[in-house]
Amino acid sequence: MNITLSINGARIEVDVPPRMTLCDALRQKLQLTGTHIGCEHGVCGACTIIVNGRAVRSCLMLAVQASGATITTVEGLAHGDDLSPLQAAFRRHHALQCGFCTPGMLTTLHALLTEEPYASEERIRDVITGNLCRCTGYIPIVEAALDAREAYQRSRESAPL
Amino acid sequence: MTGKTIGVSVPRLEDLPLVRGAGRFVDDIHLPGAWEAAFVRSTHAHALIKHVDTAAALALPGVYGVFVLADLLPHVATHLLAVGLPSPSYRQIVDRPILAGEEVVYAGEPIAVVIADNRYIAEDAAGLIEVDYEPLPAVSDIRNALDEAAPRTHRNAPHNLVAEMQLAFGDVDAAFASAPRTRSEQFFLHRGGSHSMEGRGLIAYFDKIDGILTTYNSTQTPHAAKRLLCDILRLEDDKVRVITPDLGGGFGPKLVFYQEEAVVCLAAKLLGNPVKWIEDRREHFISSAQERDQRWDVEIAYDHDGLILGVRGLVLHDHGAYTARGVNVPYGSLSALPLAYEVPTYRMGVKLVLTNTVPVAPVRGAGQPQGIFVIERLLDMMADELGLDRAEIRRRNLVPAEQMPRTKPFVTRGGIKVVMDSGDYPASQQQALDRADWDGFHNRQAAARTDGRYVGLGVANYVEGTGRGPYEPVTVRITNAGKVQVSSGAVAMGQSTKTMLAQIVADQLGHDMDNIAVTTGDTAATTLGFGGFNSRQTVLAGSSAHAAAIKMHDKLIKVSSVLLEVAEEDLEIYGNRVRVKGSDAEVSFAAILQAVSGIPGFRLPDNISPGLEFTEQVVIDPMTYASGSAVAEVEVDIDTGHVAVHRIVFAHDCGRVLHPQIVDGQVLGGIMHGLGNALFERMIYDENGQPITTTFADYLLAGADETPNMELIHLSAPTPLNALGIKGVGESGVLPIPAAVISAVENALSPFGVKITQAPISPPELVALIVAARNRQSVTAS
Ligand code: FES
Ligand code: FES
Repeated sequence: MNITLSINGARIEVDVPPRMTLCDALRQKLQLTGTHIGCEHGVCGACTIIVNGRAVRSCLMLAVQASGATITTVEGLAHGDDLSPLQAAFRRHHALQCGFCTPGMLTTLHALLTEEPYASEERIRDVITGNLCRCTGYIPIVEAALDAREAYQRSRESAPL
Repeated sequence: MTGKTIGVSVPRLEDLPLVRGAGRFVDDIHLPGAWEAAFVRSTHAHALIKHVDTAAALALPGVYGVFVLADLLPHVATHLLAVGLPSPSYRQIVDRPILAGEEVVYAGEPIAVVIADNRYIAEDAAGLIEVDYEPLPAVSDIRNALDEAAPRTHRNAPHNLVAEMQLAFGDVDAAFASAPRTRSEQFFLHRGGSHSMEGRGLIAYFDKIDGILTTYNSTQTPHAAKRLLCDILRLEDDKVRVITPDLGGGFGPKLVFYQEEAVVCLAAKLLGNPVKWIEDRREHFISSAQERDQRWDVEIAYDHDGLILGVRGLVLHDHGAYTARGVNVPYGSLSALPLAYEVPTYRMGVKLVLTNTVPVAPVRGAGQPQGIFVIERLLDMMADELGLDRAEIRRRNLVPAEQMPRTKPFVTRGGIKVVMDSGDYPASQQQALDRADWDGFHNRQAAARTDGRYVGLGVANYVEGTGRGPYEPVTVRITNAGKVQVSSGAVAMGQSTKTMLAQIVADQLGHDMDNIAVTTGDTAATTLGFGGFNSRQTVLAGSSAHAAAIKMHDKLIKVSSVLLEVAEEDLEIYGNRVRVKGSDAEVSFAAILQAVSGIPGFRLPDNISPGLEFTEQVVIDPMTYASGSAVAEVEVDIDTGHVAVHRIVFAHDCGRVLHPQIVDGQVLGGIMHGLGNALFERMIYDENGQPITTTFADYLLAGADETPNMELIHLSAPTPLNALGIKGVGESGVLPIPAAVISAVENALSPFGVKITQAPISPPELVALIVAARNRQSVTAS
């Protein structure tokens, strides 16, 4: 089936089998392998992408259901060569070790901080309870998100929604 | 002891591609035209296979091959994976076949493989394969597996005992005979799986023209995988290349070589097409090695002051259905128990028990948390009995700092003397206690109780053998672009191995991290290698990198001295060049390389040996012993049994710290894993050997809301055993945590006299203990 969608700012047409999951379509059909698969049960959050502004588990969605959607994946977070403030904060805070959960953490937190740039530590923690990480113990991830808030606050002020 | 790149938190080499989504994990590698594999796995814990009907699967469009064991036998030198580490303790050999033939012995054991256009079709076809089973009785509980009447894990085996051994020193029976006090306890301990967020997986490609098998494999031990592939497929060692791409975590089980690796490589060779197999999470639960049950029957002898006189007992250890690694996990348990404390006499036996479950191999910590749990719980119970403070009884028994280096009267499983080389264990405990306000906790606890809140504090110490030898090679080479290329048999699985090697090399060669490139986990880059396990890579590969970089440093200076006609002592390395101190005169690494590469027919400058490449494999046999102490503070909801871990204070000594941020990260991650082992993680099988917990919804990993406040204290006593003074750290966080947390829970519940002899403990189990203890109390009261 042919579907058209917008991914990381580009309009893309792709032919997918009806039963193909969205994460498989991204990874296999579009070579966007930054989105990872950790469980395929909707529990680990590694496959999280942003669909029409909301953090979504791409393992629980069929590609055909994304027809017409606007999608951001981890590959779409940086601005050209410059890391996004959240990505840079992850680096500074050692918020990744193996980096396998990282794309899902980044997209989840990007969606959160875009909506709620003043999110509290508790709120941040609460939102990423749905993302498993075996390496970091989560503390540096929360610290990185807190550190990145300011940039989201600034961009909200300069471009009010 | 800090340098410009050592001892400081430089940016990690690994991060940039990973935060951009440009990492290269095995499933990210798409070889053109690659097919995908799906395995048919046993649905029974124990059964005979009467017949496997593959016709319907083969007929499905898009299917290129279906193989059962009989199809593969003509193409392999052996179909058994003989991987057990050497030990005289085996009573029977139970190696895994690459596919099950007549008998399956655990649910999840692979029986057949389908190769198809893609995984969707491969799974469709796998579903069409009919396996005709004749179910056999299964055994899944170590507590009755050695009974005469118990079903045999393997139908023709004489019994379920696969190995037995003991660790013993001193006259333990005499110590017990004359001891003023003894007590005997039983503990039941469980650890789960590794659950790296990325499962196992590989792609194999056989090039018919040059006869080379190349495989990208999510393994911690590419060199071992290569050796086995050579043996099984009858290939010479220059015809197999194993590459570990980015690894989404390892934590132990990825050091094992698995059936799927042999089968996928063989299928790629037979079909003449690249084949990929990626383990899904369910498969990880039913086919990747785990650590599970141990039952300890143990006695301790001590005097009225609480000094330990002897420990003896017997451990039953769940081995799973086959030998996937050997006897190292229970050996780790036995040898961890008497390390931190003065234990003058000791005899601990262990029986390794076969069960119809997934094979057991190390998970981060490799048996040591269990041994530590047992001695720590015994110390708590002794303190309670003697009316001593729990910290005080430990203080009296900890090996004192004045005795370092201290030889323990036993050897590692490799026969190497156990010498605790450095550290101050009592100081470590004291620092952790002070930070956690151990002495003032009494008041806080009492105040909380008047509010109906049950808070508790627990403490545990650990000593860990790290840096298992003998060596890990590192090659340092200058490229034509003047870059420093570092290659190692080490494997990067998230612990920042590349950054670590680059830091050590940069410290000698110009301090420019951007000028250093690191290749790890590629058998084509180094002939020899072991890989990542046992908190060993910074110690072994780090030492080799250090030695190779020094040689490179000296040669760069020597050649530059000839080229620039300046004395060696007037030269220094800066960035990617050698310059004359305090002047503009300099020569680049690239130019130096050109000079020593030579011109046909001409003499090399000053007869210097050609090339800029050094390989070192520093051999370090003795392990270096890291140590530390954890204090846990918890609050227990006595109605629901929910345990909230509020705070962990963790003091530790991993020798000289190369990268403070990375060390913190390793410890924090280990602590979280330890919390899981104390409270959450449980791989459950029913009595028929059926796995019950096969998703993250049933098997609980600690999430961000379970993270306590964590405070780390670094003691850093450098080891004399390697030039850099480093000890391993990757596993340390996990070791004392189950013991400290359970101690804290018991302490919180001390008004009821609850006694906990297991880990993990779930809320319902805790409620049951509280109810039972309260009933006892009311009986005594009435
Ligand atoms: S892969 Fe989608 S939630 Fe785990
Ligand atoms: S960084 Fe490895 S799973 Fe999160």
